[in-house]
Amino acid sequence: MPQQQTSSPGQGQRFDWWAAPAAATASEPAAVPRRTAVPAQPVPTRPAAAHPAATGAEPVAAPVVPPAAPPVVPPPAPAAAPPVAPQAPAPTPASGTDSTEVYRSVQASAAFQDIRRSYRAFVFPTSGAFLGWYLMYVAAEAAAPGVMRSRVAGPLNVAWVLGLLQFATTFLLTWLYARNARTKRDRAALGLRWDTQDQLR
Amino acid sequence: MTTTSGVLSTATPPPVAPTGQHHGLAIVLFAVIVLVTLGITLWVGRQGSAAEDFYTGGRDFTPLQNGFALSGDYLSAASFLGVAGLIALYGYDGVLYSIGFLVAWLVVLMLVAELVRNAGRYTLADVLELRLRHRKVRAAAGGASVVVTLLYLVAQMVGAGSLVALLLGTNSAQARTWTIIAVGALMIVYVTIGGMRATTWIQIVKAFLLIAGSVLLTVLLVVRFHGDLFDLMRQAARHSGAGQRYLEPGLKYGATFTSRLDFFSLGLALVLGTAGLPHILSRFYTVPTARAARRSTMWAIGLVGGFYLMAIALGLGATALVGSAEVRHANSAGNTAVPLLALVLGGGNGSTGGVVLFALISAIAFATILAVVAGLTLASSAAFAHDIWAGAWRVRPRRDGGAAAGKPTEQQEVVVARFAAGGIGAVAIVISLYAQQLNVAFLVGLAFAVAASSNLPVLLYSLFWSRFTARGAVWAVYGGLVPAIVLVFFSPVVSGSKVALFPGVDFHWFPLENPGIVSIPLGFLAGWIGTLTSPEPADADRFAELEVRALTGAGAA
Repeated sequence: MPQQQTSSPGQGQRFDWWAAPAAATASEPAAVPRRTAVPAQPVPTRPAAAHPAATGAEPVAAPVVPPAAPPVVPPPAPAAAPPVAPQAPAPTPASGTDSTEVYRSVQASAAFQDIRRSYRAFVFPTSGAFLGWYLMYVAAEAAAPGVMRSRVAGPLNVAWVLGLLQFATTFLLTWLYARNARTKRDRAALGLRWDTQDQLR
Repeated sequence: MTTTSGVLSTATPPPVAPTGQHHGLAIVLFAVIVLVTLGITLWVGRQGSAAEDFYTGGRDFTPLQNGFALSGDYLSAASFLGVAGLIALYGYDGVLYSIGFLVAWLVVLMLVAELVRNAGRYTLADVLELRLRHRKVRAAAGGASVVVTLLYLVAQMVGAGSLVALLLGTNSAQARTWTIIAVGALMIVYVTIGGMRATTWIQIVKAFLLIAGSVLLTVLLVVRFHGDLFDLMRQAARHSGAGQRYLEPGLKYGATFTSRLDFFSLGLALVLGTAGLPHILSRFYTVPTARAARRSTMWAIGLVGGFYLMAIALGLGATALVGSAEVRHANSAGNTAVPLLALVLGGGNGSTGGVVLFALISAIAFATILAVVAGLTLASSAAFAHDIWAGAWRVRPRRDGGAAAGKPTEQQEVVVARFAAGGIGAVAIVISLYAQQLNVAFLVGLAFAVAASSNLPVLLYSLFWSRFTARGAVWAVYGGLVPAIVLVFFSPVVSGSKVALFPGVDFHWFPLENPGIVSIPLGFLAGWIGTLTSPEPADADRFAELEVRALTGAGAA
């Protein structure tokens, strides 16, 4: 999960390979799933945007096979052997592996639950707040026109100030959301992505 | 609504009524735009013709490019000319209108963009497919997408007809008809030949022109007022014919309680509808990762927000420098406020600067129309070919017990999508020709209401509710779509008022023009009840797959 190289042939340097070089920080091992089965040897991962030809081959739910008791491995990928140099997209989906089982185990993992919690804990209250604030603003035009008309400064009245504040809060929440995603879950989500894809192949 | 006394407009001869000469230049610039967009289409259309290319443009656009394309898709002519025109006529109430369009992007950013990018491939229904593998779900979601895009398409083309005719200085019915046909033919060419890649590049060019034109006008306007925006507001109030009331809420929507409720309904539809618009959702598939989808949404929020701030200034400027009466005289909906303002800012009628600026802004408006209809046609044809035809029709069980035709190859699917673009374009042209008297802003509001009622509930439930079932999904789509359409049919828009579709008869019983306040909760309610009454429980395995893939990007296309 730490270092990803971007040197896949034919793939070019994608702008979004942000997590690639020197991304492994001290905090990262903590984000590693505890209960996920990790192959003993690091397997080359699939690049972010696969080649057109390969994208049709999505892992689909394979018939349910009794779980082969995946060995519970402590935090994987010893730093000495990070999965480097993803090959050109391998079109093989989870053949032989039970993808349903993989998704269930990843979903149950603490790392995933952390990502899910930090996403929902930010997004649900914030969405409620800005929707409420916007609807309150629209409703105020109907409910309290007198208040909305009172002057604040120069030709500006309360209605204009609230309207311009809507612009301000929209920009502010955009920035806060992006900061939250960047600092709280991007890195862990990317790690879990490679991990999950490793298990699926 | 203040009256445009005919006395006023005849007593003061129009100081800036468009005359013949600037239309010559405008026609030249229109032709340049058509040639450039066709050139883009032919050039990038050759770069690939796989399904991935046609639906997503190869998924390798950058966030900046996609941010421009998103705002290009979103800022239709209704925004550029319509919102500024509403502000020019109704002052503060026009501002109120623009805010809903912007705040809606927070829903897209936080709840939809990244998860949809990770979980889907080409369309909205792909996201549902991941956990609810049922062809009825696909058919419902695909059908709702086609309805929404078709409504939006008709709105744009009706607007295009009257607008281009107006910008070219004729107002004959024939000019409008031929404009609609020409715009329709062009969009079919863009989409069938160029697919998503050409459409995206056309959006980028158009959004750049739109932003650059707005910045130019805003700078000229602010310089004209020596940077004193309060003075701009005071001048606008003075020349609006309504005085201080121009700067207060209620000039357009404040007459009765019903009209205020109608506005609330519209506001709800605007803020929730954007996240259900198929042509916006499909944009997220043109970037490689969820993080790129987030960053393109942030670019779009910056561009759209900045644009609306400028639109407010331009609307006020049109009132201050041109006057509400004159704006209304040129076009009763205020659609020519910005071109008229350009004429004044360039130096007035007859001056070279005024003529050039007028022609330039008109050409940008034309480019805007072309780009938006192309994006809509593409989304519509994708929903038809990928969801309805390949996802639902071809895999239907046969009545005689024979095997289903089976899923077609992606190559077949793209062929169908190209034909569908032609077919949908033809249908849109025909409807637009018959719907010419309908109000454009109403049609856009309706498209948003239908998107918020039918697409958003099913999308949010799928992404966040573990117990959601296939029956819930089907009910959510139809439970929002059908009430929205039925309520509009029995609203004053269709019958019972002077400006209705059928002015002679009156069978309306629903008082509001916009159905959102009723149909959006009904969509959510129907999905909830459908899920609770489902015979089989939700598939926890598939929800696990959706959740993991949506939040981490594992296995993303």
